[in-house]
Amino acid sequence: MCLGIPMKIVAVDPAGTGTVELDGVRHAVDLTLIETPKSGDHVIVHAGFAIERLDPAEADARIELFRSLAESRERDGDGG
Amino acid sequence: MKYVDAFRDPAAARALAGRIREAAAPLAGRSRPVQIMEVCGSHTMAIGRYGIRGLLPPHLRLISGPGCPVCVTDAGYIDAALELASRGVEICTFGDLINVPGSDTSLAAARSRGAAVTVCYSPLEAVERARRDPAREVVFLAVGFETTVAPVVSLVDRAAAEGLGNLSLLTAFKLVPPALEALAAAPDLAIDAFLCPAHVSAIIGADAYRPFAGRHRRPCVVAGFEPLDILYGIEGILRQLDAGEARVENQYSRVVTAAGNRRAQALIERLLRPVDAIWRGLGPVPASGLGLRPEFAAYDAENRHGLRVGPGRDAPGCRCGDVISGRLTPPECPLFGRRCTPASPVGPCMVSSEGSCAAWYKYGRIATERP
Repeated sequence: MCLGIPMKIVAVDPAGTGTVELDGVRHAVDLTLIETPKSGDHVIVHAGFAIERLDPAEADARIELFRSLAESRERDGDGG
Repeated sequence: MKYVDAFRDPAAARALAGRIREAAAPLAGRSRPVQIMEVCGSHTMAIGRYGIRGLLPPHLRLISGPGCPVCVTDAGYIDAALELASRGVEICTFGDLINVPGSDTSLAAARSRGAAVTVCYSPLEAVERARRDPAREVVFLAVGFETTVAPVVSLVDRAAAEGLGNLSLLTAFKLVPPALEALAAAPDLAIDAFLCPAHVSAIIGADAYRPFAGRHRRPCVVAGFEPLDILYGIEGILRQLDAGEARVENQYSRVVTAAGNRRAQALIERLLRPVDAIWRGLGPVPASGLGLRPEFAAYDAENRHGLRVGPGRDAPGCRCGDVISGRLTPPECPLFGRRCTPASPVGPCMVSSEGSCAAWYKYGRIATERP
């Protein structure tokens, strides 16, 4: 029930609503729980509401960490 | 999907499984297995779906906790919703709830007999229903953890702004930190550490677990719902146990901050107050729920329709309560996979898409099937 999907904001309306996009599909979203939402921001969408921002720098750093773990494991010849 | 697929990479999962085996090795000599509770139903489902149990050494157990809001909701709540439906009220609800048995029947069964029960993806759909027919009372079934509370309770502001006098909430919101307290205090449950929920934590912030982790000396690691997040969270827990530490660690920093979502917190604080709540499996837990503040009583379905949610009756033989509190694994329930299946569920843990029994049935039967 607490699942949330990362989506990108593509439009912000003055009324606190907006449009988000995932894999080319657009959805209406409520943005009232986000401080100053902007087009291009990534947010976690749950039950039609953006409930928090996703920080791309933090996400990219973690993806890089996982990539380096995978590479070092394979280099050491231990695929797990 | 951006920021999803990268967290499902098999090579990285193999590497993390290797690191988990290393980190778990020093704990292998203990008299009992290391027990980590994943609190949230979305974690339970992901652990099943990605076969994470199969990557762990045998002395490491993942125990599913009470983090499925539908599962912990008492049958009496469903009875109250059915009572409202029988009075001609339109019931709007998230889909998870409609097959959950009350004491005698479910909302789905009532709907098949003509009751007005509408499944909503977003709570805002209830506003549309109320707007469409102002003469008809609409009640939204306000069930959920901190993640869901702000979206649902914002209905009160919408209804007030639009002057809708026919929309109210039947509240059974639940809070995660008080449930952790109840679990850690139970003498027969030996839980060594908690894998804390992703999106509940996005709302309340990672710091919300600090008092608990300090008081009970249990590592608390916040992890996202993707498989690499879960594996890395488990590794973090093991490293803490190896070092004899009990800290809050935020391994979902791409979404969760120390303080959480202050806008959501402010909305919740303005409209709701802590109330004692009954949890299936845990019983009454002080200040573990949220109810509308008295000044918003007009939007409180119990007040508006003059009914009280009382205790319900569980189906005979159903052990959902023991499953939710981690005392039983689903296959240890005598009904599991026999009288109780997703097609014909006896208890809520088999009904909800995030219930422990549903997850074990869907993903774990090969390993657990009995003759």
